[in-house]
Amino acid sequence: MWTTSSAVWLYVGESPLWLVRKFAKTNREMPLKRSITTTLAAAFALLSAPVFAQALTGTLAKIRDTGTITIGHREASIPFSYLDDKQQAVGYAMDICAKVVDAVKAELKMPNLKVALQPVTSANRIPLLQSGSIDLECGSTTNSVDRQKQVAFGPTYFVINVTAAVKKNSPIKTLADLNGRTISTTAGTTAVPLLKKYEKTGGIDVKEIYGKDHSESFLLLVDDRVQAFVMDDVLLAGQIANARNPGEFRILEESLRTEPYSVMLRREDPQFKALVDRTIGGLMKSGEIEKLYAKWFMSPIPPRKVNLNFPVSPALREAFKNPNDRGVQ
Amino acid sequence: MGISLDWSVFLQELPEGGVFYWEMLLSGLWWTLGVAACSWLIAMLFGSVVGTLRTIDNRFVVFLGNAWVELFRNVPLLVQMFLWYFVVPEFIPPLKAWVVAADPAHAQFLSATLCLGLFTSARIAEQVRAGIQSLPRGQRYAAQAIGLTTAQMYRFVLLPMAYRIIIPPLTSETMNLIKNTSIALTIGLAELTFRTREMGEYTFRFFEAFTAATLIYIAIAMTANRVMALIERRTAVPGYIAGAK
Repeated sequence: MWTTSSAVWLYVGESPLWLVRKFAKTNREMPLKRSITTTLAAAFALLSAPVFAQALTGTLAKIRDTGTITIGHREASIPFSYLDDKQQAVGYAMDICAKVVDAVKAELKMPNLKVALQPVTSANRIPLLQSGSIDLECGSTTNSVDRQKQVAFGPTYFVINVTAAVKKNSPIKTLADLNGRTISTTAGTTAVPLLKKYEKTGGIDVKEIYGKDHSESFLLLVDDRVQAFVMDDVLLAGQIANARNPGEFRILEESLRTEPYSVMLRREDPQFKALVDRTIGGLMKSGEIEKLYAKWFMSPIPPRKVNLNFPVSPALREAFKNPNDRGVQ
Repeated sequence: MGISLDWSVFLQELPEGGVFYWEMLLSGLWWTLGVAACSWLIAMLFGSVVGTLRTIDNRFVVFLGNAWVELFRNVPLLVQMFLWYFVVPEFIPPLKAWVVAADPAHAQFLSATLCLGLFTSARIAEQVRAGIQSLPRGQRYAAQAIGLTTAQMYRFVLLPMAYRIIIPPLTSETMNLIKNTSIALTIGLAELTFRTREMGEYTFRFFEAFTAATLIYIAIAMTANRVMALIERRTAVPGYIAGAK
């Protein structure tokens, strides 16, 4: 990792000793204690660069020390973060994270920073982030107050509604119509506790079947094994867009709850958090996020060149106007 | 960085209230034990019959037995689970009508039990066959010489010895079966692993939840192991290979 850049700053532990190790094109290593002037020059260079005015901590220090930033991505969260037909991680969240990576490169002055990709699941994303296996999770993670006790989030980049998909000719028009029906939902999602709570407060009774992933839950609806599939609206739209007869289904207008999606990073890491907030907030202020949104939600996307046709919702418009990292209760 | 563990999570209530997380895991445990017990009965029944048929003197019946074993042994368990739950009902309209009308848990339990029972029966059949074939040929000849019918020969001479020989591999198979019940989570059966993952998703305490599940699985498998060891000792024929001390 020391071979790619011509000059690398090395920060040793908490000591104020800064060393500069210069690698010439010949890749010849200089003696560590070369001369006092080199050290002084290095110290001067450090002080003059605003970014190094204060010692780096947390994730940024880790990225600089290892020369690598590791991005956690999902494999099937269309269109946020998924593998395309070439098995490359792509998506709306991946594009946003690419901007964050660019900002990290600029901040650390490491244009050749190595970007490692690590697939994560909804079950292991938080432990992997906490253990340091990934530095930033770019997927479809709900920012909730509960989760904020364990991790931190960047500004909300998407807002979803938890609702239900039904067959077009179904008599179900509202969530209350689900009473007495059998519905499917995907195990391990926030829709599950939400639905149970709604059953209790709304006084309705539904039978749930849990699919192990969204396509299995959707299959239950396609085969008429259940009358509705309760899930985040954008994921329902993704399943419907990929169905054999997309016209056969519709999504209810009512919403069980609105949830913000965001990138996930470690807690108590003010420098990295500030960089993420600044970068993603900047995309929103400059309007650049609209272009990214249109690319993934309003145009054909890989692997099957399907168009989700999912315009920006009023809630998301609001989040773009006032970037924030408020979690849902 | 680093992971902080919080074991008090098991004593917390679920978001919808009234139920604690340890009770949630326990409710999954009953399904695990129920599926394991029912599918073990199916596996022993079909495994014994098919395994025995594979040793009789009829090439057609032996072929059918071999086909049974190869079919269930060569298809991945995960795929078989999917087929039993999602695909089979699509081809049998009355079954589909029942599945749609019935409590989802009953349909899942039935699919999981059938799937695991038949899958394991193929493995047990192989062991029963091996057990019978490991007996000296003289036993079979002796039974025939004293005029026993084929059924009597198996009932009174071959099977009592064969079962004693295969108790150790049957123990592993029983333990495997218990652990394989976790595959039923892929069809949504709320067994122990399903509940463990659910608990992880609710609390984001995956390490604690899976540690508990691991200990529970070890406890069940060890119990099964000890029970089989007891059976092995009790049924041992003094002086004979199986269980002789």
